[in-house]
Amino acid sequence: MNTEVLKGGFGNAPVDAAYAFRAAMNAMACPGTVEVLQGAQPPAPVSVAAGTLLLTLCDPDTPLHLAGDFDCEDVRAWVSFHIGAPVVAAEFSMFALGSWEALAPLSRFAIGTPEYPDRSATLIVEQEVLAQEGMALRGPGIKDSVTMSLPETEAFQMNAMLFPLGLDFFFTSGDQVSALPRTTKVEVA
Amino acid sequence: MSDYNFAYLDEQTKRMIRRAILKGLAIPGYQVPFASREMPMPYGWGTGGVQVSAATLTPADTLKVIDQGADDTTNAVSIRKFFEKTAGVATTEETGAASIIQTRHRIPEEDLREDQILVYQVPIPEPLRFLEPSEIETRKMHSLEEYGLMHVKLYEDIAKHGAIATSYAYPVKVEGRYVMDPSPIPKFDNPKMEMAAIQLFGAGREQRIYALPPYCKVVSLDFEDFPFEASKADHACDMCGATDSYLDEVIMDDSGGRMFVCSDTDYCTGRRQAGHIGAQAAAASAALEETAV
Ligand SMILES: [Zn+2]
Repeated sequence: MNTEVLKGGFGNAPVDAAYAFRAAMNAMACPGTVEVLQGAQPPAPVSVAAGTLLLTLCDPDTPLHLAGDFDCEDVRAWVSFHIGAPVVAAEFSMFALGSWEALAPLSRFAIGTPEYPDRSATLIVEQEVLAQEGMALRGPGIKDSVTMSLPETEAFQMNAMLFPLGLDFFFTSGDQVSALPRTTKVEVA
Repeated sequence: MSDYNFAYLDEQTKRMIRRAILKGLAIPGYQVPFASREMPMPYGWGTGGVQVSAATLTPADTLKVIDQGADDTTNAVSIRKFFEKTAGVATTEETGAASIIQTRHRIPEEDLREDQILVYQVPIPEPLRFLEPSEIETRKMHSLEEYGLMHVKLYEDIAKHGAIATSYAYPVKVEGRYVMDPSPIPKFDNPKMEMAAIQLFGAGREQRIYALPPYCKVVSLDFEDFPFEASKADHACDMCGATDSYLDEVIMDDSGGRMFVCSDTDYCTGRRQAGHIGAQAAAASAALEETAV
């Protein structure tokens, strides 16, 4: 085993995870806000924020899909050692990690059932940058409206139309995270 | 590996609860099932709220715990001590100084901010339970937005009493979709649920978590000809003179003397410290001094 794999977990798991969860929760509760998410040192191409999200939310109970370049030996080994989540095909995943292009088509992911809309996938989308400009977002967690850059518009509009079913998204870049739940209405600003 | 669990729960349990909280925030008002753990306190003491708080707290938090608006009941004190011991968090009785407030049966009078979290202890999370005992059926009713029975029940109240008799746990509709039980808060508190803070609800025995993101649309169910009213005792607080707070009626002595006092003790204390004086403040302090002797 590559000894690099042994590195990159939380230094103090209970406390690091507690701070990380609060950042993730604030991001999901207030779409469009950008939070700092640190603690993990995952192998490339996984960002610090995405690695920290995985350490905070995933474990052997959460099947994980690695899309495109993120499905590589280093990442698989790191996930296996630090998280223990089974790596699966998109349709069986509770969490998925990748670039926007690699995660498409989104129709592969679970959107929940009418009686259990929570049984839906959460997608972690790695971005070059997180910018608070671009699309206009409205909905729960947003006072009036906020702006945020998204990889596209239509996919999120379609997703919102599925409510209460649908996918929930985290966007990560470096040590930053923002989120977009299924309730957010996206419009071109 | 240390055998010390921050905030009592093990990491795997906290992850499971955290995932449920995130789905709850993504689907406001929907009850997310979770595998509730045994806590070192009885169910009636808010184990659902305690588990949600445990999964949400960081060492940097300042925690406030209220029971019916008061910080000093046995229940509130023991939950506060529990987290002081297991999570090493600071605690406070001041609403404005708290980053997380765990509550049973009240929403603080002071407006909460975006950087605050309100955690509710919930005994019965299912608003349709008293109409339909089967979980399979209520789940189906929520999925089909079949809320007619709930309106029928409220309307029967009006037919019988001339008004909607439900004064606690008054049902709300969230974002025009899910009917939700706000926990047994007085209906006076319902309008406050459209707030800047994150609201999380935990039901331990029933194993449900639900949530409201900030500024979420929360509407109390009503009828055009019988609009919802956030009623309270038609009186001012006898201690601080507040006319805008929810009041408890307190029996003062054996001869039937009584007074109305803010149920939110921190709010009342704050107002009295700011110099507001209620009609019976002097008499009440004298009576209290007498009991103390
Ligand atoms: Zn008062």
